[in-house]
This record gives sequence, C-alpha cells and structure tokens, in this order.
Amino acid sequence: MSKNNPLIFELSKEGRVAYSLPKNDVDTVPGLSTKFRRKSKPNLPQVSELDLVRHYTGLSKRNHGVDSGFYPLGSCTMKYNPKINELVSRFEGFANIHPLQEEDTVQGALELMYDLQQELKEITGMDEITLQPCAGAHGEWTGLMLIRSYHESRGDFKRTKVLAPDSAHGTNPASATVAGFDTITVKSLEDGHVDLEHLRSVVGDDTAALMLTNPNTLGLFEKDILEMTRIVHEAGGKVYYDGANLNAILSKARPGDMGFDVVHLNLHKTFSTPHGGGGPGSGPVGVKSDLIPFLPVPIIEKHDDKFTLNYNVPKSIGRVKAFYGNFSINVRAYAYIRSLGAEGLKEVTEGAVLNANYMMEKLAAYYDVPFEGPCKHEFVLSGRKQKKLGVRTLDIAKRLLDFGYHPPTIYFPLIVEECMMIEPTETESKETLDGFIDVMIQIAKEVEDTPEIVQNAPHTTVVKRLDETRAARTPVLRYTK
Amino acid sequence: MNHRYIPLTDDDKKLMLEAIGVDTINDLFKDIPDQVKFTNLLNLKESLSETELIKEFKRLSNKNANLQEYTSYLGAGVYEHYIPAVVDHMLLRSEFYTAYTPYQPEISQGELQAIFEFQSMICEITGMDVANASMYDGATALAEAAMLAHGHTKKKKILISEAVHPEYRDVVLSYAKGQNVDVEFVKVDNGITCIDSLQEKLNEDIAAVCVQYPNFFGQVEDIEAIKDKFGDLSTLLIVSSNPLALGVLEAPGYIGADIVVGDTQPFGIPTAFGGPHCGYFAVKSKYMRKVPGRLVGETVDENGLRGYVLTLQAREQHIRRDKATSNICSNQALNALASAICMSALGPNGLQEIAEQNIQKAYYARQQFEEAGFEVLYSNDMFNEFVVKLDKSAKEVNKHLFNKGIIGGLELSRYFTNKTNEMLICITELRTKSEIDTFVKEMRDYNEQK
Repeated sequence: MSKNNPLIFELSKEGRVAYSLPKNDVDTVPGLSTKFRRKSKPNLPQVSELDLVRHYTGLSKRNHGVDSGFYPLGSCTMKYNPKINELVSRFEGFANIHPLQEEDTVQGALELMYDLQQELKEITGMDEITLQPCAGAHGEWTGLMLIRSYHESRGDFKRTKVLAPDSAHGTNPASATVAGFDTITVKSLEDGHVDLEHLRSVVGDDTAALMLTNPNTLGLFEKDILEMTRIVHEAGGKVYYDGANLNAILSKARPGDMGFDVVHLNLHKTFSTPHGGGGPGSGPVGVKSDLIPFLPVPIIEKHDDKFTLNYNVPKSIGRVKAFYGNFSINVRAYAYIRSLGAEGLKEVTEGAVLNANYMMEKLAAYYDVPFEGPCKHEFVLSGRKQKKLGVRTLDIAKRLLDFGYHPPTIYFPLIVEECMMIEPTETESKETLDGFIDVMIQIAKEVEDTPEIVQNAPHTTVVKRLDETRAARTPVLRYTK
Repeated sequence: MNHRYIPLTDDDKKLMLEAIGVDTINDLFKDIPDQVKFTNLLNLKESLSETELIKEFKRLSNKNANLQEYTSYLGAGVYEHYIPAVVDHMLLRSEFYTAYTPYQPEISQGELQAIFEFQSMICEITGMDVANASMYDGATALAEAAMLAHGHTKKKKILISEAVHPEYRDVVLSYAKGQNVDVEFVKVDNGITCIDSLQEKLNEDIAAVCVQYPNFFGQVEDIEAIKDKFGDLSTLLIVSSNPLALGVLEAPGYIGADIVVGDTQPFGIPTAFGGPHCGYFAVKSKYMRKVPGRLVGETVDENGLRGYVLTLQAREQHIRRDKATSNICSNQALNALASAICMSALGPNGLQEIAEQNIQKAYYARQQFEEAGFEVLYSNDMFNEFVVKLDKSAKEVNKHLFNKGIIGGLELSRYFTNKTNEMLICITELRTKSEIDTFVKEMRDYNEQK
C-alpha cells in the first residue's frame, strides 16, 4: 500500500505543539487522586501550528464542495451557502452564549428563534414549529413520536403501522422503526406516482401515519395529494411530510394546505445552511393544531415583548436533544429567509424548477427519462440504455468526476433501474447547466464509441476507484502506530 | 432585478422556457392541483440587503449577554474553553463546509481522511476500539448507546444514574419510549452514583447501566467499582464522558466501559446557545457492526494507493431501511472536524495540560469557597465543577452577580426543584485567579447580607 497523503499522526514529532494555554496562576495542589489518573497519554498528533494548517489545507484541496463546482446531488439541494450567513452566525451574541443563561440575558436568541418559527409556519402552512431536531431524520423520528403520542392520548394503541412509498428516503422506514412502528411499503405506479388503489388496500385502523415526500423523490408532484391525505385521515391516520424536497414548492404550495399534519424541514437543504461535509443540519418540525400539545420541550413563548421557554407541557413527548436545537444553524437559515423575503423565495423555487426541467429536456435525447414531466426541482434519468452497452450508472458518475462535477445521486430511488437523480438548484447559472449537459452528452457518446474510458473512470482524481469490499471485509477504522 | 443568489436573467429564462417548449414558468407548475396551489405572496418579513441584515442581526446579537463581556461560571454539559484561532480558519475552508456526506470517495478524500483521523483520536482518548463519525450531541449519543445495548442484549431495561445530566436522561427517556424500553434511575449518594442502589437494581433483565464520568455534579465516579458489581451479567456499561477530562482521568475503555459517548464541544466548538455541538460514540470492537451512523475505513485504490471510504454501510438506513441500527443520516461532521483540529492543536501534552489546569483552578476555587465559609457539597475527586450551598436562593445570588458583570453558576433548581440554594460552579482554564477571587468575594458579600 502506498501512502500518498500522510495522516496527521504520521506528521507527529515529539515536542511539537500548536497551542498556547493561559498561565496556571493558582497555587498547585495535588488535585485529582492518583487512583483516578490516566496511566498513559493518548496518542494524539504532535504538530506545529503551520504543520496543522498545511495538513488541513491539504485535506481541503482533496475535497469537492459547492464552492468548488457544480454539485447536482439529487434530494440534497446543494445550493450556494451564502457567506453573510457564516458571518452573522459568528457574532459574539450568538456564538458565545451559554444555553443555561437566564432567559433575560438571551432575549435576542429567543426572539430570533421565535421569529424563525413564525416564518417557517407561514412557509409551510402549519400551526406551530419546533426548532429542536438536529437533522431531517431526527425530525422524522420526532414527528412520528408526536403522532404516536397523539394516538395514544386518545386511548388508541392499535396504530402500529407507518406507510411509506417504495420511492421514500431510507430514513423514513428507519425512523418508523426507532419510533416503535412497523413499516408497510406503498407501491408506485408506472408513471411514478403513488398507487392510490394500493394505498387504499393497506390503510386501516392500524395505520398510524403515511409518510410522504411531495414532490416525491422522482421529482414528481403527487397530483392526487388531497385524495391521499383524505384516505389516510378517514382511516384515522395522520399524514407526515418529508420536507427534503421543499425547495420545489416554496410559495407555490404548502404542506399545511395539502392535508399534512406533521412536516419536517431540512434547513441545510431548502434554507441554504451548509451541509458541512455531512452535518450539522437542522430539522425543524411543524404540526397542525391537534398535535401542538405533544411538541418537545421547551416551547418558546412570547408574552408582550418578552420571550420565555416553557417546560410545563404535560403531554409533551419530552426532550429530543439537550438544549434548543442546532441554534447557530438556525441563525443562518433565518438570515437566508430574511435575505430573500417572500418574493425571493418564490424566485428560488421558480429557478430550481426551471433549471431542472431545462436539464431534463436537454438530456432526454441521450438518456432514458422514465417519467414524463414537468418535473419539479429534480428529475431522474435511467442509465439502462447505457447499461446495455456495458456501462453502468456508477461508471457515468465516476466519469463526471474527471470534468470537475460532483455526480448526481445514483441508484436511488430504488425503483428506477440504473438511476441518476439530478437536482441543479436555483443558484446555478444557465452556463453551468449547459456545461454539465455538454459533458453528459459527451459521456453518452463515449459509452457508444469508447466505453472503456467511462468504465475505467475517474482518470484525474487524487485516488482511483477504491476497494470498498476490502474496507468492509477487513475493517480498518482507526490509525494505529 | 435579480437576487444575488439567483443568476437566471430574464433572457436566460426565455431561452430555457423555449427549449422546454412552454410559454411561462407557471406552465411548469400546472401539475399542482388548483385546490392546493398557493397563489398569494407569503406573508414574511421584508427582505433585507446585506447591510440591513448585518444591522438587524447585530441588534439581536446585542440583546444577548455574551461570554466575552461577562465572566461566566456556567458549565453543566457546555463549556467555555480556549479555542485555537486555527480551528475556525480551517473550518472556513469552503471545500469542507460546502460539501455533503462523502458519497463519492474519489473527490472526498479530504473529508474522509479528516473523519478517519477524528475516529482515531476519539479511540485514543476514550481507550476504545472503534469510534463513529459523530452523533447529533452528547445526549442523543447516550440515548443511541442505550438503544444499542437493548438491541444487542435483547433486554428491556436500562439503568441510569441520577448523576447523569438531567437533559441527557430526558433524551434517553424519549428514545426509550420509541423502542418500548424501560428506564430506571439509580440514586445518588454524596454526589456520586450509589453503588448499593445500583447493586439492588442490577439483574439479568438489565441491558445497560449508564453513568457519567465526571458526573453532572462534577464528581468523579469510580467506574471500576461500578463495573465490579456487574459480575457475570451480560449488561453493558455505558459511560458518558467529557472528553477533555480524559486528558487526566483514566480512559473509560481501560476500566470496563463497553460504550463511551459524550460531546466533543470542549474541543474547539463554541457554546452557541447549546448547538450545534458534536456527539461522539465509541465502542469495543465486538459491537462494531451495531454502531449507529457513519464509519470511515481505510482501503486502497486500483493502483494500491491508500484511501478512505464510508464503510460497513449495511448497518445504515439508506441500505437497510427499517432494519437499520439507527435512523441517523446527517450527523455533525463539520463540528467533528473542528474537534479534530483542536485535538491536533493540543496534542497529548496540551490535552493533559489543559485538563490539569481545569483541575487546579477548580480545586483552588473550591478551597476559596470553603475558606469564605460556604458549604461545598460532596467531597469526592472532581474535574472542573462542584456544588456550593448558599444561604440565599441561587437565582437571587445570580441576579446580583450579573449586575457585577458575572454570569454565576447553574442554579440547580433548574433541574431539581428542592435544590433552590445550590449552585453548580464550573471553573475552566479561562478563569484567572483574580477572577475567581472576585467571584468568591462577591458571592460571600452578597450571601452574608441580611
């Protein structure tokens, strides 16, 4: 094995440091008993400050972010992360306040959270919002726990099933399990929409909820949404909105108007907060009035001009994390909403949908488009035509790396063969889209003429394809000397 | 006029609509049924220019009393520590913060390697074999650890010491309800977990025992003595630990812990009103395939070059769906990076020195309180927190302190209704001797006033 890029541990040299601590100006005491003291120091790296900076700068150069180039990762809404949001979230009064300070001393933070909730209520059409969940999946679990508490508070303990379409994000069934439910999969029709007949056949008095993404993960708006929510409501169930795709409908339609009872949002998708290499996100949950009594504590309240935290909520599902959510992520999202306003958010969705439809149209002659448009903020292509020529969607994705693009989401949704799920977002220019389209067309031609170029891609990245089987069979999950 | 985040011009739009073969943008929304179409303008606050936005956010920020202006003695799970300047500089490398989960390893080696290094550092500090890429926070990490123990042992009951952070306990209760797991509390005696109470409750039905080390009251639990009581039971010992304290305290992994969790906030992450922070999750190797969340592993590419990938994904929601070990998807990657940078800056010597300073200054402060005539509750070994009993309510004392530019310790009445006069005081390396002396004097003068 050739170690082309050293680990920070491999740069370590005894005696080097990159810190400067305040002086210990108190008289030295024995302090902690020997009994409790650590016998050997942990093997952390010993580097100088410049070593440290060069190491992490080097790592950053081996990483692709939205600022590096186009990142059309479907269902992830990789839009531009505004720099002003980074700036304001670092203000002393946001970054350096302690969660256990007296309420009187954090009125600005509470006001911001309260106002963000108000804005999100209006955007989603829901009656109340909690900002506590840390990410989308955390919001899903919180939302399902709310639904469970709602049913149980009515003495209804037989609702043990959560329904989710076969096109749903993997987190939906996983969240259902950790909230104590079994998942029933609802089929999709040939045209990509949920099969209403199948929904009718599986819904019943054991249905706790239907989880739905709308537009769905194929980028299609569920046109029968009112009928779907009616079917579930008539059976006594609740309907859950997975907000991963909210970028498609800002100012155009609101979950609260479609019959949804619970909604989670991904502020790191729709509301531009950075994805951070995998987090932190923020996953606020919105509910209709009959679910408000079950919201997690604390609840932010406004009394005249004073903001307070209410912990006395007898029916609450309890606490879902320590303190009040990913606050400084919420600061960024609020800055985004305040930057755009109502007109701006409308433009966001119109731009996202226009970009997606334009790309779909331009690529339709080269790749299979399994579902008729218009699509919303994203669309799927199938690589089945290319597969017949011996080139897999994975190969196409890897070939895109050679051109400086992050590939689309691949092999998801599971119901589309050789799937590529493309979400351009509104922050990309026509020129960027055209550049990507040209490369996709070039790759389609390569598949026909010189398939080995695609099959052996990538050619220009810092590493070639990695052996994932080896990683899983003989796991090496940490550095050892 | 365009918004600065949206590049499409009228001309672009026209060309694109033509290419699609529709007349107007509205045609692209014709699939939304009229009954649910939103036709008004959202009733939101008016949009702000950059300059206005800064002014408005300054206004909000200035309404908060921040820890730069006030000298703070708050801890209780969130700590004000030295953050090397390099941490935020590196975090602002946008290749890190504008990326998502490293699904495409060839163009994500930077993030993957950084996570691999983070995992390694957490293993080193905790004395464990395997650590994941991060959890939402320390509280959810503890809850997920309890659920792992339940899943692994198939037992339905969890014991938690009452010396575990009350908010952490609450989160465990919420997660336990989700999976129909029972939770029972173990009493506290003299500020630490009561071993007799633990022994009474321990039996074959217990999936795990959860303790905190150092605990919520700042006291050091005797992990070995606790583990001793397990005997032959298959019960797991879960230790929630402030990783900074482990610069001096023996690593839980070396004294019997099966799972070690906690929050890496003390390493390079600002207090930020409680989040985002960064949960960590470390286990002995036999639980490797039960770990929630992302794991990065080392491998090689086609040319034999070393590289890193997300691995053991058969545990995760995007593969296993309803059979996954957890529903977690996004984690706290950027904060894990902050902590990795901070741990690298400190190294083994800095970690020990900073932990020792916390101990030295906290012991000094504790002694000053005693000499000033305060009753300091509990007499165990401690890290950087201790409880002082006042003659007046802690709330009232804190009001007085605040007017003197001091944010006092945590009023324990926040979590324990009967502890009105008790204050949990945290002393980190950032507090100077003169600040501590002033704090003690202000407390004494006010406490003694009739």
